Amino acid sequence: MELVVASAIGVLTAGGVYLVLRLRAFPVILGLSLLSYAVNVFIFSSGQLAVNLPPILQKYGEASYTDPLPQALVLTAIVISFGMTAVLVMIAIGAFLDSGTDRVNVSRDNSDPEDPVK
Amino acid sequence: MGDASNLLVIIALLPFAGALVPGWMIRAGRNACATFTAIPTILALIMLGLLAPDVFAGEVIQAEFSWLPQLGLSASFFLDGLGLLFAGMILGVGLLIILYARFYLSGDDPMGQFYTYLLLFQGAMLGIVLSDNILLLLVFWELTSLSSFLLIGYWKHLPEGRQGARMALAVTGGGGLAMIGGMLILGNIVGSYNLTDILASSDLIKSSDWYLPALILILLGAFTKSAQFPFHFWLPHAMAAPTPVSAYLHSATMVKAGVFLMARMWPALAGTEAWFYIVATVGLITMVLGALIALFKDDLKALLAFSTVSHLGLLTMLLGFGTPAAAVAAVFHIINHLTFKAALFMTAGIVDHEAHTRDIKRLGGLARLMPITATIGTIAALSMAGIPLFNGFLSKEMMLEEASHTYWFENPWIVPALATVGALFSVAYSLRFIFHTFGGPVRDDYPHKPHDPPFGMYAAPALLVVLVVLIGVMPFLADSLVAVAASAVTGEVLDPHLKIWHGVTPALYMSIAAIGGGILFLLLHRPFDRAWLATPRPEAKIIFDWIVEKLAALARWVTETTHNGAISRYVAIFTVASVALGFAAYSGGGLGPETRELLPIPPLVAVGWFLLVAGVGAVVAFHRTRFRALVVLSIIGLMISAGFVYLSAPDLALTQISVETVTIMLLLLALHFIPKETPKESGALLRMRDGLIAAVAGLGTGALAFAFMLRDVDTISGFHLDNSYEGGGGSNVVNVILVDFRGYDTYGEIIVLGIAGLIIYALMTALLNGPAGRKLRNTDFSRDLSRDRHPLMMVVATRVMMPIAVMVGIYIFLRGHNYPGGGFVAGLVIAIALLMQYMASGFAWTQMRQRIQYHAMIGFGVVIAGLTGAGAWLAGKPFLTSAYGYIHRPPIEEFEWATALFFDLGVFLTVLGAVMLMLYSLSRIARYAGQQVNLEPMDYDPADRVKKREGSE
Repeated sequence: MELVVASAIGVLTAGGVYLVLRLRAFPVILGLSLLSYAVNVFIFSSGQLAVNLPPILQKYGEASYTDPLPQALVLTAIVISFGMTAVLVMIAIGAFLDSGTDRVNVSRDNSDPEDPVK
Repeated sequence: MGDASNLLVIIALLPFAGALVPGWMIRAGRNACATFTAIPTILALIMLGLLAPDVFAGEVIQAEFSWLPQLGLSASFFLDGLGLLFAGMILGVGLLIILYARFYLSGDDPMGQFYTYLLLFQGAMLGIVLSDNILLLLVFWELTSLSSFLLIGYWKHLPEGRQGARMALAVTGGGGLAMIGGMLILGNIVGSYNLTDILASSDLIKSSDWYLPALILILLGAFTKSAQFPFHFWLPHAMAAPTPVSAYLHSATMVKAGVFLMARMWPALAGTEAWFYIVATVGLITMVLGALIALFKDDLKALLAFSTVSHLGLLTMLLGFGTPAAAVAAVFHIINHLTFKAALFMTAGIVDHEAHTRDIKRLGGLARLMPITATIGTIAALSMAGIPLFNGFLSKEMMLEEASHTYWFENPWIVPALATVGALFSVAYSLRFIFHTFGGPVRDDYPHKPHDPPFGMYAAPALLVVLVVLIGVMPFLADSLVAVAASAVTGEVLDPHLKIWHGVTPALYMSIAAIGGGILFLLLHRPFDRAWLATPRPEAKIIFDWIVEKLAALARWVTETTHNGAISRYVAIFTVASVALGFAAYSGGGLGPETRELLPIPPLVAVGWFLLVAGVGAVVAFHRTRFRALVVLSIIGLMISAGFVYLSAPDLALTQISVETVTIMLLLLALHFIPKETPKESGALLRMRDGLIAAVAGLGTGALAFAFMLRDVDTISGFHLDNSYEGGGGSNVVNVILVDFRGYDTYGEIIVLGIAGLIIYALMTALLNGPAGRKLRNTDFSRDLSRDRHPLMMVVATRVMMPIAVMVGIYIFLRGHNYPGGGFVAGLVIAIALLMQYMASGFAWTQMRQRIQYHAMIGFGVVIAGLTGAGAWLAGKPFLTSAYGYIHRPPIEEFEWATALFFDLGVFLTVLGAVMLMLYSLSRIARYAGQQVNLEPMDYDPADRVKKREGSE
């Protein structure tokens, strides 16, 4: 089981990194989604894997539980990563509408000719 | 803590409190503004007067508040003789400056701003001299750099003012940085940042290996602040400031801060060879060099500025000697220099104000036109020259006396000779100030016909020259103040007696030589001046500007080469660096033994795994056709949710699946406005490189996760499991952690989410009002539209599902404390229910039926969560402590209430509001793009459309 989760994390990371390295905004957003999956599962797995031991307290008898803390952390992380994805999507749309391209990299040749830095 | 301590704290804080007032009072007129600026200063001065008798009796008044005890930083103040002397100077001269500035500033200058800056600066200076904690002292030290920057650059329209302010900030701020290092080392050696402790551990400090680095760093701070060679160049450039600022900063306060620091640290640092050779030598060079340059300056204020540099050098040298007698001379000269130099600056300001020039070559003969000013200026300048019967003479005699028996590398001549030369130059430039400004015939080419100013303007310098004469004639008046301050400097009880006549001593001959030589120099000034102008000299400003320019060029080069806009490259570098760091950590520490058994893999899990891996592969392979990639992405999300279900995380599964839904909807909506395909841009080589990086990163992360899962770690989770029910009143530990144990985190997170929602709204508004909005209006999206925008089946189905979905949402929300669910999930579920209405019945139709603004919902959510947390304060508990109880009323099952429920309500509302606001913003683009708005649930009747088309053809 551990191997399954670990390999899933690895595959998600690899796919995510590859897409993040693409040159257009949309694949980058897809890649970031994959990376957030990977990170969330990774944090979750740091609490050790457990089957059929939910972190809900039982009234009767001695019961063992899974680790609740990483779950709580990941829960908010999932929601926040949605928020961040939404902001990125909006920036991507804005950039595309403004510049007519959704390239990620800033091209030096197209920058402002009056730019004092140049 | 007694009354005296309270007074001390009030004194330290009064100027800061007072700084708030002038900005308001300027509306009531300039006199009111000046008066209200003077009030805190006068009050502080009176309180200081109340404390003075105790200090003169040898007491040290202390006040301490702990601030950040973990860092050793406490807000502690103490008042001893040295502090009393400086505090009195800062407040007393401050008061005179406030009076003087009232008349000096013209109607066009924003006076409220000036007085605010002035009081800020006064507070910072007071803080330095009263701090009993070197970290606190550093804080005030930086504050003086900042507030003096504002004061020097007060005339923002003058480029010299801005450049001078910048230079002063760069030099003194840089020195301040060095000093922070020195002070931290010092605190580390002693084990305490309390000044009192440090002053008492002199032996420990001096025997430490770190003594020399600490000394050099601290001295760097002091030397830059007190304009010692080679950092003296900033002070003359700071003369572009209004004259009250120059008089205040460069006679009594800012530049004396460095001298104060050396005096303050004297017991801890002085007395070693290193101290003598660094401090005394630098002081000596500065004294001679400053006096020499002053002699050839034509600008009155520049002359005074270099004279100040020279006198600061004198003080530094005296402190460098490290003997008690030299310390007495230094303290006495601090008082004397203050009186004559402040008066001289103000005189220069009056001359400038009346004659509209400060160029000494265009002046002369002013004695007849402005006799009062000339008298004041002459007395003060004679004191500066060290002429008998004025106070400058006394301390200069003491300095020469000390110099006369000081050996420098076993050479008995060099220090006395150079000190005499310095004194000689000093006489020469002082006499030049007098004769070339006030003496000589009246001219007829002044830029403005000068005459004596109103009383208010010369009152302050007049008072100061009265002191000059009084101390000069009756030096015993200053006895007790010098005694108590000098005792505080040296740490031993001193009882000096200040006298006019010391008998025929070497110092007397040196004085006579200096005065005679000075007069000779003045007579020969014209040829010397020509020679001086003809000799090439290094110009400090040019060197400084060159250094700044080169540093800026270097910074720009580094930034431009590393941040060239290729964001993909940054990401690649970041990824490679992370992997490398991870590998370094692995190869450095190795791994402990495995402590856990592997869990078995059931066949169903294997299927899920296969789907997930295939999904990732498909997303990567098909990412160019964006729509397809998006659909596959949702499969991955589903598999992860399923994984959470299987691995005992029901809350995560619920959240993941609802977030997944919302994310996919969002991306689908977004895809409408951006290209549907990604063009093939990167070549095979680049793709291989990226693939390699990705593979390595994936392997590394996977291996890390695998290694982690096979080993047991100590966790704090046991605490949460044990206390969840009794402390938080819930049996779903994940939820209790969210709303109770780590409620603060959750509170922060919902605020972040709310802000994200608002950012999106704001971005969209800015975008739609800009050129992009116009472009959108002219874009034709109609090709992509479905013919049947609001299908009947879907409208009806979602209408039926709406109440059910809302009920499920409420149910999930209520059970959250004890079973999987809670505010986050419930917010998402209800958001999905609402989104279904948007999708099925259209944006406008749904919008018309919506009563609450999403912005308001975010706000309510955060406020409710915050108030719930704050409610715990009413019960005397810390923020976000929850209370709970049980209600049992048949036939309803036993029902638990907990204040955490209200917190969760806040979470719920914020999540709902934020999610809806994000999608609402996207749909606004659609309306902008000129899409039809439907007000009926089903705006489209296919039969109609067919008829219309036939009709038009």
